[in-house]
Amino acid sequence: MTKQIILAAYVGGVNEHTLWEHPEAGSQIAFSTFKHVAQTAERGRFDYFFLAEGLALRARDGVIFDHDIAGRPDTLAVLASLAAVTSHIGLVGTLNATFNEPYELARQLASLDHLSGGRAGWNVVTSFDAYTGANFRRGGFLPYAERYERAEETVATVRELWDSWNEDAVAADKATGQFLADPSAGAFAHHGRQFDIEGRFTVPRSPQGRPIVVQAGVSPAGRDFAAANSDAIFSPYSRLAEAKDFYADIKQRARNAGRNPDDVKILPGTSFVLGDTQAEAEEKARHVKEQQLTDRTIQVIFEQVWNRDLSDYDPDGPLPDVEPDTTAPDFIQGRALIHGDRHATVAKWRALAEERGYTLRELAHEISGSADYVGTPTRVADQLDAFIQEDGADGVVLGSHLVPSGLDEFVDRVVPLLQERGSLRTEYEGTTLRENLGLPLPDRDGALVSR
Amino acid sequence: MSSEHRLRLGVALEGAGWHPAAWREPSSRPDELFTPEYWVELVRTAEAGLLDFVTIEDSLALQSSAFFEGDSRTDEVRGRLDALLIAARVAPLTSHIGLIPTVTTSHTEPFHVSTGIATLDYTSEGRAGWQAKVSGRVDEAQHFGRRTHPGGSYDDPEVQEFVGELFADATDAVEAVRRLWDSWEDDAEIRDVVTDRFLDAAKVHRVDFEGREFSIRGPSITPRPPQGQPVVAALAHAALPYRFAAGSADLVFVTPLDDRDAARIITEVTALDRTGEPLRVFADLVVALDAPDGETGLDRLARLDSLGRPLVSDTLVVGGSAADLADHLELLAALGYAGARLRPAVTTDDLPRIANDLTPELRRRGVFHDAYEAGTLRGLLGLPERVPNRFATV
Repeated sequence: MTKQIILAAYVGGVNEHTLWEHPEAGSQIAFSTFKHVAQTAERGRFDYFFLAEGLALRARDGVIFDHDIAGRPDTLAVLASLAAVTSHIGLVGTLNATFNEPYELARQLASLDHLSGGRAGWNVVTSFDAYTGANFRRGGFLPYAERYERAEETVATVRELWDSWNEDAVAADKATGQFLADPSAGAFAHHGRQFDIEGRFTVPRSPQGRPIVVQAGVSPAGRDFAAANSDAIFSPYSRLAEAKDFYADIKQRARNAGRNPDDVKILPGTSFVLGDTQAEAEEKARHVKEQQLTDRTIQVIFEQVWNRDLSDYDPDGPLPDVEPDTTAPDFIQGRALIHGDRHATVAKWRALAEERGYTLRELAHEISGSADYVGTPTRVADQLDAFIQEDGADGVVLGSHLVPSGLDEFVDRVVPLLQERGSLRTEYEGTTLRENLGLPLPDRDGALVSR
Repeated sequence: MSSEHRLRLGVALEGAGWHPAAWREPSSRPDELFTPEYWVELVRTAEAGLLDFVTIEDSLALQSSAFFEGDSRTDEVRGRLDALLIAARVAPLTSHIGLIPTVTTSHTEPFHVSTGIATLDYTSEGRAGWQAKVSGRVDEAQHFGRRTHPGGSYDDPEVQEFVGELFADATDAVEAVRRLWDSWEDDAEIRDVVTDRFLDAAKVHRVDFEGREFSIRGPSITPRPPQGQPVVAALAHAALPYRFAAGSADLVFVTPLDDRDAARIITEVTALDRTGEPLRVFADLVVALDAPDGETGLDRLARLDSLGRPLVSDTLVVGGSAADLADHLELLAALGYAGARLRPAVTTDDLPRIANDLTPELRRRGVFHDAYEAGTLRGLLGLPERVPNRFATV
């Protein structure tokens, strides 16, 4: 049977991938931008709209970046407003487990689930950097090892809170005068290492029982945790070979944890460039990449790994002849460092540059990858469908370099082709995100009720 | 009628209403209290009556008949949704009315409060406010495990010290939030393709707030909201919260129990130290209006009282006709009040009567507007719509 492709639309908005210089680029903060993307995605029968979060502006040597698009809304407030102008699409947002308390997270997400008629989801992330922590009461002071413990305990505690009301706890019987069927509705007690809290939760059980939980997990421990606890996994692998390995591994870990592997959806982030011909699409993709990798962006990419000022190095010249500074405080702040060991990364890059005669700019183009789907609508539909049918993933989270109109052509030109093939719904199956993702409704004991 | 001198009117939305038995009335829809449609309809009703704003109550604990603790009653509404998110859900479906959710200051991160209210200001296009509220209850503290509440009664010295700390922290929280709102100047975003600069970094500022309980570096992740400074409100019953309101808020909701009390309170509040725009003082009133079937407001209250726990109010309860209520509002205006915040005894009965009966009565008397005269909440309240940025160097 043809696997149904899960589609999510991602508004990054604040990074070097979004081209604010583009003549059609719109506001990164006006509500009309988010509304346009969410409504376009809903028109394309996407499963969910996804909003990322960043809790500190990026800085270089203590000075705010001025070359990247910046300025973003509060995740929850925007999603709640989007619930008013959409009717079926899921609303998933990133919320940090380090800088929020479980009681608040649980009530905000359960509230969003009620206010959207069962369309809420939570992408759980953690942070340990003191730069972001300086905007919060604590968190910057959390030791590295404790942040995962805190994240895991946060997710567990939030679930306990979501489970604290029975489905039928609200009787609202005017005749008898009984509002609550149970005087202890919402009662909970969690006594753990990270949280020692008890009392009563304020939000009655929400339409999805529990909002969807999305996580990223790459390390073995992270994979086990995500396979056992999440409804969806945001995967870093969008190339078929490595994606298939990850997919098979996660599904096996889910089985090992006693879950139906179909109940964990795997979705890599991806991007696309369309053209009327293959040559046109490739030319567009090349142009987008050049626009993204400005001299400033190239400098920042390398400064982050070298951890020092590289402004004296020509982007069209060779790699810096100095070693990375591993003792100085972070030179680039608020931007995720995706390369682990600075010395090893630089050594690897030096070898690559030497072998191929790369300048800094050429190396930047090589390591930053390119759009995964480049071609005519037919070719993109073919490739995406093949990627899903061959178990590279269950779906993809699509972003565009152009906000807010970048998704339009995908919905106008690729979506109908996927629908013709029978790989994408033409109408939503249900009104909740769980129903549309085909996920079971959880019961309060943690067992899953199949639909 | 000059818009500077008209009455301002808001409505405080609290579940099925402010009477504990409100949910049992025929018009009430207690099984819809947790649905978006319920809240959208209420705010649209208020907007149809040209009310200036709605506030939405919130608390980090269940409603209770006890002052400091939870209870185990089952005959009253228990449960509520996050007020800021209700306001955000309503924002795109309304166009003029101000939206003032309650967000607590004692546990919620000030950074999140600042971006949450700023985002509401974006999604409502300039209609956001914030009712800053301390979490003074034992159960709220236990839900976070961060503070230890001394318990006991309000007269205990430890409780008073605890409450003093809560207000000191609330003062810090409002200051931190206001600085974060100003941390981007209005023209910080330049989108200069030639120099490859999206921002003018000199116009985005650290806030470097050092408070008693927390410090925040900033800047915010959210650009300055459309109103610059969204409206900050506080409910206040006594000298300490009056000082908090005078020092931190744009609006204060006070709770006079009679006319003499109303005169005393406004004298006390307006005499407090304050810089900038005068504090807008609103009297809170619980209202039960006469019903079309002939049942008077007072009879309605008596009947509701007999159903279970009688209404115990911290402020004046007015039962009567729209004209009676209009008389009282004119009296408050004469004392110097900017207006009133009405708490409907039964939301689904008294809110439509406020919108459909009271506002025409006030209009006949020439003390209320007949169209929204401003596009922002600040504008409706007569506050300057352009607020200087504390960090601007100009």
